[in-house]
This record gives sequence, structure tokens and C-alpha cells, in this order.
Amino acid sequence: MSDMITEARTGRADPMLELEGVGKAFADRSGVAHHALAGIDLAVGEHEIVALVGTSGCGKSTLLRLVAGLDAPSEGALRLAGRPVEGPRSETGVVFQEPRLMPWLTVADNVRFALGDLSREEQARRTAEALEKVKLQGFEQALPRQLSGGMAQRVAIARALARRPQILLLDEPFGALDAFTRRAMQAHLLELWQAERFTMVFVTHDLAEAVTLADRVVVLRGTPGRVVETVPVELPRPRRGDEPEAVALERHIEGLLDLG
Amino acid sequence: MSTFELRSRLAAGLGKRGDRDASQAAPQGAAVPASPGRPSGALGRLGAFKGWLLPLAIVLLWQAASRLELVSPQLLPSPEAVIGEILALANSGELVEHVAVTGGRVFFGFLWGTLAATLLGTLTGASTTARELLDPTIQALKAVPSLAWVPLFILWFGIFETSKVALIAVGVFFPVYLNLMAGIRQTDRKLVEVARVYGLGRWQIARRVLVPATLPSYFVGLRGGLALGWMFVIAAELMGASEGLGFLMVDGQMTGRPALIVASLILFALVGKASDALLAGAGSRLLTWQDSVGNREDAGNV
Ligand SMILES: Nc1ncnc2c1ncn2[C@@H]1O[C@H](COP(=O)(O)OP(=O)(O)OP(=O)(O)O)[C@@H](O)[C@H]1O
Ligand SMILES: [Mg+2]
Repeated sequence: MSDMITEARTGRADPMLELEGVGKAFADRSGVAHHALAGIDLAVGEHEIVALVGTSGCGKSTLLRLVAGLDAPSEGALRLAGRPVEGPRSETGVVFQEPRLMPWLTVADNVRFALGDLSREEQARRTAEALEKVKLQGFEQALPRQLSGGMAQRVAIARALARRPQILLLDEPFGALDAFTRRAMQAHLLELWQAERFTMVFVTHDLAEAVTLADRVVVLRGTPGRVVETVPVELPRPRRGDEPEAVALERHIEGLLDLG
Repeated sequence: MSTFELRSRLAAGLGKRGDRDASQAAPQGAAVPASPGRPSGALGRLGAFKGWLLPLAIVLLWQAASRLELVSPQLLPSPEAVIGEILALANSGELVEHVAVTGGRVFFGFLWGTLAATLLGTLTGASTTARELLDPTIQALKAVPSLAWVPLFILWFGIFETSKVALIAVGVFFPVYLNLMAGIRQTDRKLVEVARVYGLGRWQIARRVLVPATLPSYFVGLRGGLALGWMFVIAAELMGASEGLGFLMVDGQMTGRPALIVASLILFALVGKASDALLAGAGSRLLTWQDSVGNREDAGNV
């Protein structure tokens, strides 16, 4: 059933991202393998938004790190834009749970940090453009310690967007923010997505966030983590997390997580 | 606090940051009109000069004690006698000579010790293999009381400059080495990951992430090393020298001139403090970004 939906949604010749039987095991000190992920099949189409939800420790961050090329899978294959993922790729932008800004660089230099391979003029142009997108003009010369949590995370998003990524990976990007800021950031991210047309895969603990943003919610569970269900969200945008249809979907996902 | 006030404070803070030179031109803690959050009143207005209050009080007490002849001048000469001794040294040109000799020894010891520590600390910090190979030996050498090297150094390098510089270099080496290695190892792996995501190579990661991230602990090591350098130069000079502040001390002891002993002690303190201030100044210039308590001063109260 869920496979059929996947096909219907990503019924294109080349999905942006393809995972086939991906698994990841970590060896502990004594060399015993601990499986964090197993048998993950997933295809994400161009301009699609996929949310990954699941119980703590089921391997969501691990999955995102594999896609980002930061870790190598123990088994299975990952393809991004048709080519195997063998390391960090220039098509990919990553936003971590923490902003991860270089504390010694100004806001502008933090964004420029991602643009090392471009000419100086292009760097300046893209930096200004990206900071404008996240509404941080005027803060170019600020240092990270002078920013609020929300502002710092917006710099991290600007840094990722400045590269004009084809796919944006976000690991609980708004998890540390208060509910009000989080909602504003969600709306803002959605605007950017509509304008830039990148593909987006994000991890969240907030089911309302998953349902308001995503085209599909992939539910993971267990040790090793496996996909238990892929829930399509076919509600018109803009959505609200407290609409009855959205709430019903959230309940359904909650039920999937509680089983086990 | 009103929103307006909040905004203008933030703007002021940013403006200051943006204009690095302007923010550095104003000495830290210089007299600033009393504002909320900054200690006001007489003490507040003194600013950085607060540090001079205690020495001043000690000198006054000392002067009073000498005046009232509470202590024998053979044990503790009066401040006047000490100042007189320093002036006499200055007039004869000896002062500059002795300070230069001692300062030169510390300088070269610091230079060699820092060079060796930087090289080895970078190696053991960056490479696990290098650490497993080298660090146990270095730690074992650290356990040797540094003065125990003296006989060996005298045997190897003679009783003149080289053995003194070598001893100082040994003293400088350990704090610099340990702090640098720890600094590299403690570098936030998460920042290195960001660099990998954005396509930086090994060398670029070293230059653009590891070096700046390590700088704070490196400076802590340098300052600790310099302090030990001054400690060891005294040891080296006490054990035999014909010039230098340590020699002056021995000279004062031999010729029964307590004022000379106290004078060289004070000179040591002044020159040592000055060199540390120089290093600290260079450090804070490079590390303005640090979010430490010491840097918080300029966050809002401008
Ligand atoms: N570098 C690593 N070395 C060893 N084990 C790891 C490593 N990274 C993750 N793991 C293990 O893999 C499992 C999944 O971790 P992961 O961080 O992906 O979970 P998660 O789903 O993101 O959890 P959370 O929702 O709490 O962030 C955990 O059991 C964790 O202990
Ligand atoms: Mg996680």
C-alpha cells in the first residue's frame, strides 16, 4: 500500500534521492556491532518535502547523516540526483539541530564559509542574498554570541541556502525554539521552499510540524530503526496543525509510535 | 526595559563589534560615565587603576613600618632605600643591561620552548598515532622536576647562556604543549562536520576551523609558559651568572645590600607583568569573539 503511494507521488524517472536497503551499524569499543538502521527503502521526488519521525534513538539523525555523506552506510545504496553518495556533495545543504556557527566569524563570514569555491564577488552577492532571504539584513557584522537562538538558526539556514542546494536536510531544526518562533520559522521555511524549489527532508519530534510541512511523513521505529509506515499528507497549503484533518493524521502517527 | 531601549542597546553593541578598531582603541574598563550595571562611584571611576590600589597600600604600610622602625632595615629596607637603589642602577646604565640580559634569556627560552611545544602539540593533538607514540614519554618527562635538568644541561651546554636558555625552554614547553594538545582534541567535532558538509578539504579544515578554535587554549598555554619562563630564569641566574636580575639578587645577598635584593625582586615583578600584559593584549586582540565572562562587559552597558 505505502509502496503504491510512494510510486504515485514520485512517479518520475529519476527521484532526487533514492535509498535501497540502507542499513547502518556502529561498532562499540569491544567491536560488537549495534544496528541503528536496517532495510530502509525510500525515494524522494524533486521539490518534495519528507518528514522523518520516530521514537528517540531509532536512527533518524543517522539516516540524515548518511544522506548528507557524513557517514557511510554499512549496507545498501544511496543515490542523490542519480549518482551514488560517497561523501558530502555540493548539491546538499544541511541544517543541524544546533546552529553550529563558527563563533569567531561574523554572520556574513559564517554564510561565506559555505561558498569557498566561488569568486569573491559571487560570495558577497550570495551572502547578501541569503541573509536577505532569512530577514537578517543589518546583522552581517554581528558575532554569533550576539544572536538569539532563532536568529542563529536562521543564519544556519542562510548558510545552507547560499549554496543553492537541490536538497536541504534538516535535523530537528527548530527543536530548541519556543512555540511562537518555531511557527514563524516553519512558515518562513515553507515560503523559501516555494520560491527556491529545493527538495527537503527533515527530522522532527513535533508531529504538528511534520503534518503542516510535509508531503509525506515517514514513520520509523525500533532498534534497528525500520520504516513502519509512510503517511501521505494530502491537505492544501497553507495548513494549520490544529485543523481536524491534520489532527487526525497526527493521532494516527502517534498511534504508530506507541505500538511497540 | 522598553523595546526601544533594547533595540538601541543591541544596535550599539553591534556597531561596536562591526567597527573592530574603534572597539579596540578604547581600553577595556576605561573610565566610562556611570550607567546601570556598571559599578558607579569612586571605585567604579578608577577603572583599570583599581589594580594599583593594593600595591600602593602595601608600600604605604611598608613605609610606615620602616619609619616606626618596626623591622630592622637589615631585614627589610625602607621603600626609599629600594627606590634609591633602583635609581642608582638606572643612572649607571646597569639597570637596562641587567633587565635586557634577563629578558633576552626569557625571550629565547620562550621562543625555543614554544616552537618545540607547538610542533609536538600539533602532532599529538591532531594524530592519534602520534599521541600514542609520543605523549606517554612527554608526560613522563613532565614528571621530572624541571630543576633536576640543571646538572645535565650544565654538563651538555656548559655554564653559560645555552644551559640557561635550555632550562627556561623546558619550563615553557609543558604548559604550551599540554594546552595546545588539549585545545586541538577538544575542538568541537560538530564544527568540523559543518566544514566537511561545505566541501572543505583537510588543510582548509585545519586552517579555518582547528586553528581558530584552538587559539584560546593556546594562549592560555603561552601565558602559563611565559610565567614559568620567568620562574626558571631566576633559578638559572641564582645558580650562577655574571649578569641579569638574578645575579643582582645574589650580588645583594653576598654584599649585604638588602635594598638591592628587594629592588631586583620588584624589577622582576614589573618586567614579568609587562611581558604578560603584552601577550594578553595580543591574545584578546585575536579572541574578541569569545563568549566568556571577561568579554561580557561590552555586551550592553555602553
Ligand atoms: N557515532 C555513533 N557511534 C555509535 N553509535 C551511534 C553513533 N551515532 C548514533 N549511534 C547510535 O545509533 C542509534 C540511533 O541514533 P540516532 O542519533 O540516529 O537516533 P535519533 O533517531 O536521531 O534519536 P533522537 O530522536 O533522540 O535524536 C542510537 O542507538 C545511537 O546510540
Ligand atoms: Mg537525532
